Amino acid sequence: MAVCVAVIAKENYPLYIRSAPTENELKFHYMVHTSLDVVDEKISAMGKALVDQRELYLGLLYPTEDYKVYGYVTNSKVKFVMVVDSSNTALRDNEIRSMFRKLHNSYTDVMCNPFYNPGDRIQSRAFDNMVTSMMIQVC
Amino acid sequence: MEGLTLSDAEQKYYSDLFSYCDIESTKKVVVNGRVLELFRAAQLPNDVVLQIMELCGATRLGYFGRSQFYIALKLVAVAQSGFPLRVESINTVKDLPLPRFVASKNEQESRHAASYSSDSENQGSYSGVIPPPPGRGQVKKGSISHDTVQPRTTADPQEPASPVVSPQQSPPTSPHTWRKHNRHPSGGNSERPLAGPGPFWSPFGEAQSGGSAGDAVWSGHSPPPPQENWVSFADTPPTSTLLTMHPASAQDQTTVRTVASATTANEIRRQSSSYDDPWKITDEQRQYYVNQFKTIQPDLNGFIPGSAAKEFFTKSKLPILELSHIWELSDFDKDGALTLDEFCAAFHLVVARKNGYDLPEKLPESLMPKLIDLEDSADVGDQPGEVGYSGSPAEAPPSKSPSMPSLNQTWPELNQSSEDTAIVHPVPIRMTPSKIHMQEMELKRTGSDHTNPTSPLLVKPSDLSEENKINSSVKFASGNTVADGYSSSDSFTSDPEQIGSNVTRQRSHSGTSPDNAAPPPPPPRPQPSHSRSSSLDMNRTFTVTTGQQQAGVVAHPPAVPPRPQPSQAPGPVVHRPVDADGLITHTSTSPQQIPEQPNFADFSQFEVFAASNVNEEQDEEVEKHPEVLPVEKASDPASSLRVAKTDSKIEEKTATSAPANVSKGTTPLAPPPKPVRRRLKSEDELRPEVDEHTQKTGVLAAVLASQPSIPRSIGKDKKAIQASIRRNKETNTVLARLNSELQQQLKDVLEERISLEVQLEQLRPFSHL
Repeated sequence: MAVCVAVIAKENYPLYIRSAPTENELKFHYMVHTSLDVVDEKISAMGKALVDQRELYLGLLYPTEDYKVYGYVTNSKVKFVMVVDSSNTALRDNEIRSMFRKLHNSYTDVMCNPFYNPGDRIQSRAFDNMVTSMMIQVC
Repeated sequence: MEGLTLSDAEQKYYSDLFSYCDIESTKKVVVNGRVLELFRAAQLPNDVVLQIMELCGATRLGYFGRSQFYIALKLVAVAQSGFPLRVESINTVKDLPLPRFVASKNEQESRHAASYSSDSENQGSYSGVIPPPPGRGQVKKGSISHDTVQPRTTADPQEPASPVVSPQQSPPTSPHTWRKHNRHPSGGNSERPLAGPGPFWSPFGEAQSGGSAGDAVWSGHSPPPPQENWVSFADTPPTSTLLTMHPASAQDQTTVRTVASATTANEIRRQSSSYDDPWKITDEQRQYYVNQFKTIQPDLNGFIPGSAAKEFFTKSKLPILELSHIWELSDFDKDGALTLDEFCAAFHLVVARKNGYDLPEKLPESLMPKLIDLEDSADVGDQPGEVGYSGSPAEAPPSKSPSMPSLNQTWPELNQSSEDTAIVHPVPIRMTPSKIHMQEMELKRTGSDHTNPTSPLLVKPSDLSEENKINSSVKFASGNTVADGYSSSDSFTSDPEQIGSNVTRQRSHSGTSPDNAAPPPPPPRPQPSHSRSSSLDMNRTFTVTTGQQQAGVVAHPPAVPPRPQPSQAPGPVVHRPVDADGLITHTSTSPQQIPEQPNFADFSQFEVFAASNVNEEQDEEVEKHPEVLPVEKASDPASSLRVAKTDSKIEEKTATSAPANVSKGTTPLAPPPKPVRRRLKSEDELRPEVDEHTQKTGVLAAVLASQPSIPRSIGKDKKAIQASIRRNKETNTVLARLNSELQQQLKDVLEERISLEVQLEQLRPFSHL
């Protein structure tokens, strides 16, 4: 269950961040921020490896006692970070991958919108709805 | 309130009117303004209207509840029929005709009345809402009209007269008048609030100038209840809007704005109507949108790129966020461009938004771009939400129409499947709103079909691809043993890989034959036993095979006999000089290949080895290569299969060599190798594989043999193509069978290997543990 979904731009500022539980949002923001280090580490580790779908998905970045943080990076170095609750039955890797794929698709849809300037905060309702569905569904 | 009994027709009609007035969708209370307009449209004297309102109790209550509204309507009918207004008359007057509103509306209402009794098709009358064109003109004209709009709003409710009356036009054309009204107010009201229909009846020309203002006026109108103009618009057939729209579009955006405003009114009414789809685009509106589309993109079947659309819609001065949302809604296939349907939907939404309507969360059904070949109803039901772009399906938000979620879900599946199948073009099959989309998708899909041997040109690549596929399959199969990370399915289904491998493979066949690593993965096979035995055996087998082949093709397993034929028959037929070259290279390199390729995984190579061995050992045969080449060429075109080609090449080589070496003992290829196989289990496995392969090649040869008989150069291109198609299909099936068999063999070999390794482990001294 995705309790927090964040889209980070290439310059490491958030384009979109949303948490399911309304309380303690700051904690999730912190987690996402710290996970960026792990993401960068994984990206640099890849090195010259071809960037294919498999490598876009970074997998579990790091687990805490309550949460697990998963990462996904696109070819344009836009990062998706998802924080899931560990309490519910552990989500399979495939499910996380599919969630990231949906995120990526919605993100490309947002990009396709000519009225969206890359670098702006994502205010698309469609994107919001998709993220909500992910949060609710997983929860 | 007194009890009110309504007939069925009345009931329907009243409820329709109620919903029309119920713009707030409260289902309980209608907006006073709307009701007033409606009453005004009833062409009753103002005092009568007031009396009605008082009688029905609205005055007391201060609002129009449903019962009050119905009573009021009944009283209107009573008044229109000439009966005195009495509270008790609502029930006492029998056979009261339905209340009529507005001259133009009357027609529709009478139609409504008729239709209500018959069917519920009256909504058509309400669907006349034509959203005014986005305030493009507004941008230019400024917001003067806005001011006029406000006063107009206030002025209108006070108009008791029917606004429809147009001195210039007959009732049917009253809508046209209305249009003028809209425009006029803009012009005429610039200095004063919209007084009423009267001042609106200025010459059309005036209207145009005022159109711009009118547009603004209209936009300003949107929040206030629609005015009588709008009321009439709702009733008036779209033609009026169309009329205005045409001239408007022809001249200036200002006029368009007026039209837009009129359409907005209609739209408002449509929204309120329970029977109508508030978002439906009327014909005039659509025509206007089409004209606007043409200004950007002359080709109606073409696209408007996102940047152009952005500029266009930015002129409407809507906030970017809203425009962004409108774009999300209207760009159905998420391709960053707008087709005509998408553009109309976007335009419609902008107009609606300009007139104060909130943007829907999901695209209304009536605005969904229509699939080319599907009916609107089907299309409407089907539109998925935001379809994934560039092959990535997006899951539409749940707010999308009910039909959309199902489609949305199919999108991810499609995309995933497309990814799995490695379709070159990532766009999955979408509900493309335009023919162009469909065509493009078709083209892309067909383009991604690498194994489509529909033409001679394609034959080659298809042959190559097929050949490579088989090789690659073998390669990957062997690779699987080496690398765990890859699944055979991935390797087999990855067309791009195969494409690349095709290229490499061809080269390998032609030039890299000496390089064992090229064709297949066999080289990497770390099976010492296999390599040891296979190399020796292979060589032996080759030699044996060679001898056998030399002995006589006919001696080969059943499939062999046909070999000589293809080599002989196709001789004269040389259709592919290129192939010949390739073949030449093949043949030249294959001989060198043989001794170096102990790997058995690639049975084609095995054949090549065999063939090359044959060729090597017999110099005479080398000379035959040129003969073989033509033969191969002939057979190739016939089969149009690369794999078959290699096989045929091999076979033909052997065939050619066989005749040349008839002197040598001829024994079937299968039997001779058997004794050789006995060396190792792996060899045994190889042998059967080889045999099978030989048999398959024999089959292929047979297939090839049949092909040369078809005259190619004859002008019967169609027949030739059909024949080639048949042949291709046959070879396809053959190759598929071969492929499956080879895969099975591969599996067996792998198991063999595993068992051998286990044994090896067991045999190791304990010290290793």
